[in-house]
Amino acid sequence: MLDNFVEILGLHFARGDHSVFRDVNLCIPRGKITAIMGPSGSGKTTLLRLISAQLHPQGGKVLVNGVDIHSLNHSELYKMRYLMGMLFQSGALFTNISVFENVAFPLREHTKLPEDVIRNVVLMQLEAVGLRGARELMPSELSGGMAHRVALARALVFNPQLMMYDEPFTGQDPITMGVLIKLIKYLNNILGLTSIIISHDVVETLSIADYVYVIADGHIIGEGTAKQVASDKSPLVDQFIHGFADGPVPFHYPAKNYREDLQL
Amino acid sequence: MITWIESLGRIGLLFCERAGVSGLFLLRTVFRRPRIMRLFPLIVEQIYAVGVLSIIIIVVSGLFIGMVLALQGYNILERFGAVEQLGQLVALSVVRELGPVIGGLLFAGRAGSSLTAEIGLMQATEQLASMEMMAVDPLWRVIAPRFWAGVVSMPILIAIFCIIAVFGSYLVGVEWLGVDAGQFWSNMQASVNFRIDIINGIIKGLMFGIVITWIAVYQGYYVVPTAAGIGRATTKTVVYGSLAVLGLDFILTSFMLGGW
Repeated sequence: MLDNFVEILGLHFARGDHSVFRDVNLCIPRGKITAIMGPSGSGKTTLLRLISAQLHPQGGKVLVNGVDIHSLNHSELYKMRYLMGMLFQSGALFTNISVFENVAFPLREHTKLPEDVIRNVVLMQLEAVGLRGARELMPSELSGGMAHRVALARALVFNPQLMMYDEPFTGQDPITMGVLIKLIKYLNNILGLTSIIISHDVVETLSIADYVYVIADGHIIGEGTAKQVASDKSPLVDQFIHGFADGPVPFHYPAKNYREDLQL
Repeated sequence: MITWIESLGRIGLLFCERAGVSGLFLLRTVFRRPRIMRLFPLIVEQIYAVGVLSIIIIVVSGLFIGMVLALQGYNILERFGAVEQLGQLVALSVVRELGPVIGGLLFAGRAGSSLTAEIGLMQATEQLASMEMMAVDPLWRVIAPRFWAGVVSMPILIAIFCIIAVFGSYLVGVEWLGVDAGQFWSNMQASVNFRIDIINGIIKGLMFGIVITWIAVYQGYYVVPTAAGIGRATTKTVVYGSLAVLGLDFILTSFMLGGW
């Protein structure tokens, strides 16, 4: 078995004239929680979409379980996605069906399981995220944290090997954040998953990550264990980890001379 | 001058690119691996949303257009002493042109805009992306049922529009203005040809259904995922759909009358 579930080699990706990634190389070790952190707009979500082949790079390779995911045809890619689960930033629940039906959706689409089996599997998933009692609710009746937990149950219902979390802590209250941190760690250990967390919530992410990459300005600016990254003294990583308002990432957006602009 | 030619070239290239993307999008929707047994209930569900829920506006519009047509027709035909031709006038106008065209315009406004907004919102809230990540193809699961529902619903809605319009003209012409019922129906029956008028009307409905639904699902799927983007896409569906109906109607009528 390969040591790394995901390997990114020499990745180049651009949107129009704007280069998002330039020669990025990173590895996601199997069975571990890997965090990819960086300031807003640094391309963290784009990286997840490249790993899951929702986007295609201009150069380089993304190997998932040893396979170049961007070389797969449509049906091979969809088979590969059985191995993956993704928790979207918004939860991305289907708003026209209940919590139960949301979690049952992948089972109904891909299997011919009898209704009582589907019911039991869905209830077990909802029990794992503490929302068995909310099965009849519609997504519009859930709080942000509950929606994330339902989305997590849905993403895990097919027992993926790779779980990707896109900004799971953004906009959550402290209790929900605590619940999500516990769930991500617990599920990763119990189910033997490989997890990728995209986040800019430093404290929460470092508390559960086995390995951390910090990306900014189209490349990796720091990496290591949570402890190594927290003590990294390179100016950019230091500013990001400690949240300094000014530094290599300037407070001011580039502009012409202030006095000239005010016409003084 | 050079700048003007450059802009024209850019617009031309953009148009070709979008035409290509929308053409491939349609092909990928239509020729997706057939899973008829799974697709059928989804299409039925969408026929309710797209077709059944459009019936009210179709019926009310058909009724009033039939009544107005009878009123106007009666006043003109009366001058020539030919009010008994009212049934013929209304039936041919409605079945050949007004039914398909007005039905198409109403469909673009009612069902087309709703399809675009729904799919656009699914795109903006990452529901389609999450479907892809669950190895469920949104083209098969979301787009294809809506497309086929639109194609099936449109001719049926147009048929309902025509029937109701004829009934509306009967109410005004016969029941109110006193045209002889026998002459009204017999002239209509004698002048309307099943193949030339009815079948051609249905063909128009089918073509309008394909074009409007194609525009609606394409605009929704390729929406800019913001509130303003969804608004723009919805507007584009109604504008492009309506223009397509009017343009296509002229082309189809030319073919059907043997002008080309």
